[in-house]
Amino acid sequence: MKFIEEFRDGALAKKLAAELKAEATGSYHFMEFCGGHTHALCRYGLMDLLPPTVRMVHGPGCPVCVLPIGRLDQAIELAKKPGVILCTFGDMMRVPGRDRVSLVKARAQGATVKMVFGSGEALKVARENPDKQVVFFAIGFETTTPTTAVAVQQAAKEGLTNLSFFVNHVLTPSAIDAILGSQEAQDGTIRVDGFIGPGHVSTIIGSAPYERFARDAEKPIVVSGFEPIDLLQSILMLVRQRNAGRHEVENQFTRAVVREGNRKAQALVDETFELRKSFEWRGLGTLPDSALKLKAHLAAFDAEVKFELPYTAVADHPACSCGEILRGIKKPTDCRIFGTACTPESPMGSCMVSPEGSCAAYYLYGRHRAPAQPRRTA
Amino acid sequence: MCLALPARVKALHDGQLATVELGGVRQKVSVALLEHVNVGDYVVVHVGYALTKLDPVEAERTLAELGRLEEAAS
Repeated sequence: MKFIEEFRDGALAKKLAAELKAEATGSYHFMEFCGGHTHALCRYGLMDLLPPTVRMVHGPGCPVCVLPIGRLDQAIELAKKPGVILCTFGDMMRVPGRDRVSLVKARAQGATVKMVFGSGEALKVARENPDKQVVFFAIGFETTTPTTAVAVQQAAKEGLTNLSFFVNHVLTPSAIDAILGSQEAQDGTIRVDGFIGPGHVSTIIGSAPYERFARDAEKPIVVSGFEPIDLLQSILMLVRQRNAGRHEVENQFTRAVVREGNRKAQALVDETFELRKSFEWRGLGTLPDSALKLKAHLAAFDAEVKFELPYTAVADHPACSCGEILRGIKKPTDCRIFGTACTPESPMGSCMVSPEGSCAAYYLYGRHRAPAQPRRTA
Repeated sequence: MCLALPARVKALHDGQLATVELGGVRQKVSVALLEHVNVGDYVVVHVGYALTKLDPVEAERTLAELGRLEEAAS
């Protein structure tokens, strides 16, 4: 398959690994922001190819993971309302909410929850069910936001009065701010010498929004594709920047990402959404200007306006380390319930549920291998 | 959620829809987020929407740079 197989070449990966070994003469801690990258690192065993001095810190770029229990509970409340059909991405279904009630459990108890592949399907459900109130549970980073925008604009154009959107779209730069400004980053609990920038988010926002982190926080950032060759090359680019004392935004994913991003998608997002003053993230806390809501003129499509939805913050299960894992303080295997009380089949926290969650990645790939070699602790 | 795959545009339809193919599997997706798209283009598909076109020249360039590394290493 074009654009995939040539970026999975094993011989080339070995050469890149040899190059990394030769050039990584110092010590490096890099954060891959995006959960898709975390999964690629695990799936292809890339961390085993890295020299012991290059350590990957997994970031918070997993939209299912960062959604706090309080917001999920609101979606569950919506689904329980008589006459409401809640349309959700499949990823959200098994995330436990308050008292470990998930959307799956709520559905078993009589709530109407429909799994959809995207916002386009929610439009279809609304057209086919004029006597029901259909709500789309919109989650995601900048990659997904414009797809919700298309559906909102289409609903407005069609005058659909039975479709609304429960908007939980969040912003990547705000999460990077939170990581860099965290107590743990200040006191040295976590160390991040550079970032692998999220490739698909950047198809929309471009690479320009990261320039202030390169300039002000003096961190190199390389926007990367998702295949193994992409990631190894991006890590090599970060090593070279560190070695040369540079801190710039570089783009490894040039086949899909340009500096200015997708202008059409950005314009559509601007027409549809505005910043929320603050938003609670799992693990990162309540962050200012870090999420979006529908603009006032689209209030008729805003589920939070249409339905009464009180928000109650709910703490994570005390045994679950999702919060620390999302901040990069812990690895999934540092959590005491990893793979025992918490598995993808019976998850305690969101990081074990999502196909982009770090815990799910560690559980799916390589949990049966021998105990971590001493070199991995370097 | 941010997972996306490259697929080739096989046909364009009304209503900003296109049929794309990946490894023999066909799917109808929205191309509402793209400025221009033609049959034969490769696009990155996410939750039923094409996010951007893939640039084959840039893909070749990335691989060519790695090829140079390959020569240097061998």
